[in-house]
Amino acid sequence: MKITNKDVQQVALLSRLEIPTEDMEQVTGELNAILDYMLVLNRVDTTGIEPTAHVLPLKNVMRPDQVAPSLPRELALANAPEQEEGYFKVPKIMEG
Amino acid sequence: MSYEVVIGLEVHTELKTESKIFCGCSTKFGSDQNTNVCPVCLGLPGVLPVLNEKVVDFAVRTGLALNCKILPFSKFDRKNYYYPDLPKNFQTSQSDLPIAVNGYLDIEVNGETKRIGITRVHMEEDAGKLVHAGTIARSDYALVDYNRTGVPLLEIVSEPDIRSAEEAKAYLEKLKAILQYIDISDCKMEEGSLRCDANISLRPMGATQLGTKAELKNMNSFRSVQRGIEYEVDRQAEVLDDGGKVIQETRSWDDGKGITISMRSKEQAHDYRFFPEPDLIPIVVDPARVEEIRINLPELPDARKVRLVTNHGLSTYDAEVLTASRAMADYFDQVVTLGADAKAAANWLMGDLSKHLNAGEVAINECLVTPQRLAGLLALLDKGTISSKIAKTVFEEMWTTGKDAETIVQEKGLVQISDEGAIIAVVEAVIAASPQSVADYQAGKERAIGFLVGQVMKQTKGRANPELVNKLLRDRM
Amino acid sequence: MFHSTIHELHNKLTNKEVSAVEIAKAVFTRIDAVEDKVKSYITQNRETALVQAQAVDERIKAGKAISPLAGIPGAIKDNICTKDIKTTCASKMLANFIPPYNATVMEKLAAEQAVLVGKTNMDEFAMGGSTENSAYQQTANPWDISTVPGGSSGGSAAAVSAGEAVWALGSDTGGSIRQPAAYCGVVGLKPTYGLVSRYGLVAFASSLDQIGPITRDVTDCAIVLNAIAGHDSKDSTSIKAGSTDYTKALVNDVKGLRIGLPKEYFVAGMNPEVEKAIYKAVEQFTALGAEVVEVSMPHTEYALSAYYVIAPAEASSNLARYDGVGFGLRVDGDDIVSMYKNTRSKGFGAEVKRRIMLGTYALSSGYYDAYYKKALQVRTLVKQDFDRAFEKVDLLVTPTAPTPAFKLGEKSNDPLAMYLEDVCTIPVNLAGIPALALPCGFAGNLPIGLQLIGRPLGEATILRAAYTFEQNTDYHKRFAPLGEV
Repeated sequence: MKITNKDVQQVALLSRLEIPTEDMEQVTGELNAILDYMLVLNRVDTTGIEPTAHVLPLKNVMRPDQVAPSLPRELALANAPEQEEGYFKVPKIMEG
Repeated sequence: MSYEVVIGLEVHTELKTESKIFCGCSTKFGSDQNTNVCPVCLGLPGVLPVLNEKVVDFAVRTGLALNCKILPFSKFDRKNYYYPDLPKNFQTSQSDLPIAVNGYLDIEVNGETKRIGITRVHMEEDAGKLVHAGTIARSDYALVDYNRTGVPLLEIVSEPDIRSAEEAKAYLEKLKAILQYIDISDCKMEEGSLRCDANISLRPMGATQLGTKAELKNMNSFRSVQRGIEYEVDRQAEVLDDGGKVIQETRSWDDGKGITISMRSKEQAHDYRFFPEPDLIPIVVDPARVEEIRINLPELPDARKVRLVTNHGLSTYDAEVLTASRAMADYFDQVVTLGADAKAAANWLMGDLSKHLNAGEVAINECLVTPQRLAGLLALLDKGTISSKIAKTVFEEMWTTGKDAETIVQEKGLVQISDEGAIIAVVEAVIAASPQSVADYQAGKERAIGFLVGQVMKQTKGRANPELVNKLLRDRM
Repeated sequence: MFHSTIHELHNKLTNKEVSAVEIAKAVFTRIDAVEDKVKSYITQNRETALVQAQAVDERIKAGKAISPLAGIPGAIKDNICTKDIKTTCASKMLANFIPPYNATVMEKLAAEQAVLVGKTNMDEFAMGGSTENSAYQQTANPWDISTVPGGSSGGSAAAVSAGEAVWALGSDTGGSIRQPAAYCGVVGLKPTYGLVSRYGLVAFASSLDQIGPITRDVTDCAIVLNAIAGHDSKDSTSIKAGSTDYTKALVNDVKGLRIGLPKEYFVAGMNPEVEKAIYKAVEQFTALGAEVVEVSMPHTEYALSAYYVIAPAEASSNLARYDGVGFGLRVDGDDIVSMYKNTRSKGFGAEVKRRIMLGTYALSSGYYDAYYKKALQVRTLVKQDFDRAFEKVDLLVTPTAPTPAFKLGEKSNDPLAMYLEDVCTIPVNLAGIPALALPCGFAGNLPIGLQLIGRPLGEATILRAAYTFEQNTDYHKRFAPLGEV
């Protein structure tokens, strides 16, 4: 499965990354080399094999419905790049 | 061209747990911005979620109340997309193995019962709130409050079995009633604890294939759901009639303008890249626990309706109205338990009490006319201590002051006069003073007695027992 | 003193031969002597460290008992959240991030009164095998400063190796504790998945990450493991294994131990010195009474590919939160999407971006089944290989890496070549089982590490075998020829 520059652009968009045009060839090349290597996976017969999403045989790990202290607001905002009146502040969100 | 309307509804409801789904922060509504947050719901580097067991309980309860199958193995998945109200830029939700599937609920429309399928019920976390300076389109920046991130939600998806805006409204009302009955949510659309999106498509009558659907969002009340659907149906019909094609897109309902607006440019390819949430362990619900929850389900609206009809002889219509909300149904049950006649209680609830409630003054469980007080009023009526006309006055007084009926009747001296001796003199005086009406009555004009009764009531300041007055007048004419 | 072990220093402390403050100061002096060459530390914590040491000295003076780690200076990999202390993950993205909370392992270490020297360098967000992907500095291998210390826990391994810390914590997702431990000639353990809490470990690949000790010898490894292992209610993937004292496993005896040698780990292109050293180690085990059995793990060759689908996929999601909104770097934009792109493009290095792209691609619609689902199925097969092997043997012995430390810059232009270094360590993470690396020889002047792989929760067997090997060799007593020894 060869990945094209267009594919790379789409993936970059989904990842919110900017790939400068001058780097596009190199990035596409690197990704292709790695993805080619992944194709090794196709040699394995996995018919009837269950995927392992969790290695541990755990189930039903839960906690009781109890309120615990929240962070004081100053601490919650302490690392915020921009804040205003107790809110996190972000640039405008384009809608339509 | 005549079209069949095909509607599916997606409802999100906020669960009334004490703490959030994956952390111990409070879910309390209305707190100051960013005061109910912690490293976990803020999505800080290194944090991990831990599932609130009550959320699973509520989800199972809901699935059972909606006649679903509870899946024996269920898990969480990550839904990946970027938005500033989502701290981790993914939402922990459930994708291919939700907690409950394949249920239904029944609605009444035009006297007919119709079954609407429910595809699935799943658990997920809520996002934060965005506050904009001005409107979204015109502000330079947005402010984010994460209090709501991590509040537990259930998403309930219906089959596309709904065929009209009216059916949609009935579905929502029934679903809301059920959710309130099983006490898992406040279901307040105005507070956002109940939200509804609609998928709408049209197809020619008799066709089996589904038409292209549009998704409708931003309908913030039952009324706007109905109006939004009606508008969208008309809009799509126009497009098709003109020979055009409906575009698959998301549209936003503008309540002020009464139209739906395309959000098409917001639709960058939303590839959610679902994959199993590695930080949470799958849920294997114990069948015994499911049974326990099923047995302990409270009486649901339909069952309650049947009981009201069977045990209390109410009409189906009355039973429907009374069980539309749990609060109303509980109120009714309490009044009847206190000894009141069921039909009388029903009439007062649906009449005078509802009139005030619908004026939006206050909720039924907060108003001053408590079930005890209403039962007291009905007892006085039943005993004949007051007439029904007086009772209405007393009720108004009860509503505003919160005093009980007995007290008001005493204070205002409204006890009905049922002693013949006390009334006879007035009756005879009225007869003597109204020869024309007497003559009319004796000539066969039944209605003339109304005037005479009115006169007696006026003289007795409304306190005479009207039936007795009527009888005494007739005896003497 | 800076080459002493935890247990040696503990004895000196309890015998009042030395104070905790003196130990701390000795470590600081050593850092001053060699840090300009090794560059292990991103942040040093000297003032607080002295206060911590002071408290231990007071306890000793008052005649109270102290825990085995009390007063002993250690270093923490900079992807473990330390409350009020900058935690950068060696990334520009978190250059000024100060966590308002402590990782669970830090709470546990505080309870033991361990002394925290500082936060160590690493590959950015734990992605890499050489610590060359740090956005701040290049850590060098104390044995030969023209070579890499390994990665991604290069800073922690180099610090212990150079005597800049008595012990350290690292994290291991595909070999990031074991490989640098092997390259730097120290001991490194990746515990069973779920044995040590991940709460506070900045996530790379959630189903693979584990925190573990990096130490001078096996005894120290058991001591640190005792301190950090245990169930944590804040981590849903944390195991409830009854409390074990891992120092009880330190027994010089491997008689009857069945050791498996999986032929698939001896890959083509392996450095011949490494191969020789491993076989020599196996002979030593046999001489000590162990039984060697050849085993086959037929799916080993696919483990690398599966890992390089699963880990980037999880990482692409775990790293989505770095967006300039709530914390970390923000590079402004006209609107939020530009701000996301600017922040993430400037904040992340090339390797991190590469893995995010790979992961996003593997999960995207149309490719999920071919890549991600397939990789998870291969993971099952890899795990089954181990399960079958452990029916016949108690431990597996393999090289930790196919080569010793390579030269700085040698592989940094070829990501795939870098990935291939992980071939011996990766299968262990996929299966969630424990593995330890310890020194077993040299290729020229560069250390070679032996890897011991155990059953789930088989740390005791691993430690016993490692301790026995150590007691019958002297590699743990050799120090890098750096500065004054």
